[in-house]
Amino acid sequence: MIELIDVTKRYPGGHVAMANVSLYIPHGEMVFITGRSGAGKSTLLKLIGSLEKPTSGHIKIGNEDTSRLRRATLPYFRLNIGMIFQDHKLLYDRSVLDNVLLPLHIREISRTEATRRARAALEKVGLANRERSRPVTLSGGEQQRLCIARAIVGRPRLILADEPTANLDDDYAHEIMGILQALNESGDTILIATHDQDLIARYGKRRLTLANGNLS
Amino acid sequence: MTLGTHAQHHLDSLITAWQRLREQPLASAFSILVIGIALSLPTGLYLLITNLDRTSSGLTEHTEITVFLKPKIDTATALSLAETLRNEPGIRKLRFVSREDALLELQRSGLDDVLSSLSSNPLPHTLVIEPIQASPAQIRQLDQRLRQRPEVDAITSAEAWARRLAALLDFGVGLTWLLATVLALSLAAITGNTIRLQIYARRDEIEISRLIGATDRFIRRPFLYFGALQGLLGSLAALIFSGLAILWLNQSVAELATTYGSSFRLATLDLHISALLLVGGILLGLTGAWLSVAHTLRDFD
Ligand SMILES: Nc1ncnc2c1ncn2[C@@H]1O[C@H](COP(=O)(O)OP(=O)(O)OP(=O)(O)O)[C@@H](O)[C@H]1O
Ligand SMILES: [Mg+2]
Repeated sequence: MIELIDVTKRYPGGHVAMANVSLYIPHGEMVFITGRSGAGKSTLLKLIGSLEKPTSGHIKIGNEDTSRLRRATLPYFRLNIGMIFQDHKLLYDRSVLDNVLLPLHIREISRTEATRRARAALEKVGLANRERSRPVTLSGGEQQRLCIARAIVGRPRLILADEPTANLDDDYAHEIMGILQALNESGDTILIATHDQDLIARYGKRRLTLANGNLS
Repeated sequence: MTLGTHAQHHLDSLITAWQRLREQPLASAFSILVIGIALSLPTGLYLLITNLDRTSSGLTEHTEITVFLKPKIDTATALSLAETLRNEPGIRKLRFVSREDALLELQRSGLDDVLSSLSSNPLPHTLVIEPIQASPAQIRQLDQRLRQRPEVDAITSAEAWARRLAALLDFGVGLTWLLATVLALSLAAITGNTIRLQIYARRDEIEISRLIGATDRFIRRPFLYFGALQGLLGSLAALIFSGLAILWLNQSVAELATTYGSSFRLATLDLHISALLLVGGILLGLTGAWLSVAHTLRDFD
């Protein structure tokens, strides 16, 4: 369960990206977040994922008030979340496989088990034959799929996907949506920020629309 | 998490550290060389001192120490002191010369006239001590122990040069420690700086790892291993350098020694000191890494 209570986010410099937002998302839901560019979609996901702290208000994930997490406990909280970043945040000087191994190494999963799981995740997103490549040699869509593999490989219960289909053609977009939907059906909570109205129409789930940092 | 996977993770960090060392072979070799040379200085000095000490032990073999007792000490007290001293460590032989014997000896040596003009025997009891073969420092210690006894009046000391050498060696030991301390600090600083540069080079990786849940401990670990590994290789280099130096010097020493009919050779580092050097190198690298990581990672917040 995700709950925002009167959350405001003012970035350094004064821009208010989120203004007094309250919302409730029950466990196991799949929710689309839409809105124009600059509306605050990424900001909302970062607040929920504890990558940004709210200026005021409270954010609860499960029973945890994450706006009060101490620095030392933050990493353990983040392990429960699979984040697909809008700007990918890949390790460009490492192989595709190494990128997917990173979350597993952080979880201190044994080397053989980690490699097995990383390969399975790459298989899922159709990158099995690219595991030795560097991310820079991948196309935009392939990089996107790599991000997805990295986000799901640690089997998080909450997935925050920021424009996961942005650079993908229809076929791949639906494949990715298929993966996310399967995870949702197995009980995971999934939040997807997207511009793609067709996608939302097709999957017909709950939709939150942001405009200038406000829910509408 | 089982103990097995935890150990595995440490092994992974060690492998990562090794890979990072090899990624920049020139820079790594240079750091290791600098550490090796710096550690060689106190190591070399230490070797010089131990060898000098060993050499001079042979030279003090036949030193005799004469102990003059105070005039008021009677024969019984003198004899019991002689008995006590015989059981002390560091003394090979002890001869008691009573004041009467000493007088007789003087009379025999032709000072009869002078002595007979005295109303009483002016000579004290004496003890003639032959120390066991010992280093100048040990002889000096014995000398000091004897001087502290209340019965003792004066001592003809162990030979002056031996005492001076002992003092010099003491000074050398002090200098070695001073040098070792100063260089240890600079080594920690070198390691710290190398690691600071590494951390900046891996800034993206560190930040991304943190975003997806890496703890500080996870991020620190490979850098700490890197520091320890670099320290170990540096001290290994120092061991090799000093070993080579001894080998090289021994060629001339051998030539010199044969002209004296001696088979003397310089000794290399013993096992204890070698182990100490290696462990010291690891600890220094680790300390430098720790300080650097703690300080640099704080900058990233
Ligand atoms: N780190 C930051 N510092 C200052 N301002 C920021 C920062 N991040 C975002 N903003 C501002 O906050 C507002 C919301 O940004 P956000 O990234 O949440 O929008 P978005 O809805 O994800 O847009 P897009 O669809 O283009 O990704 C924007 O006006 C942006 O300029
Ligand atoms: Mg965005």
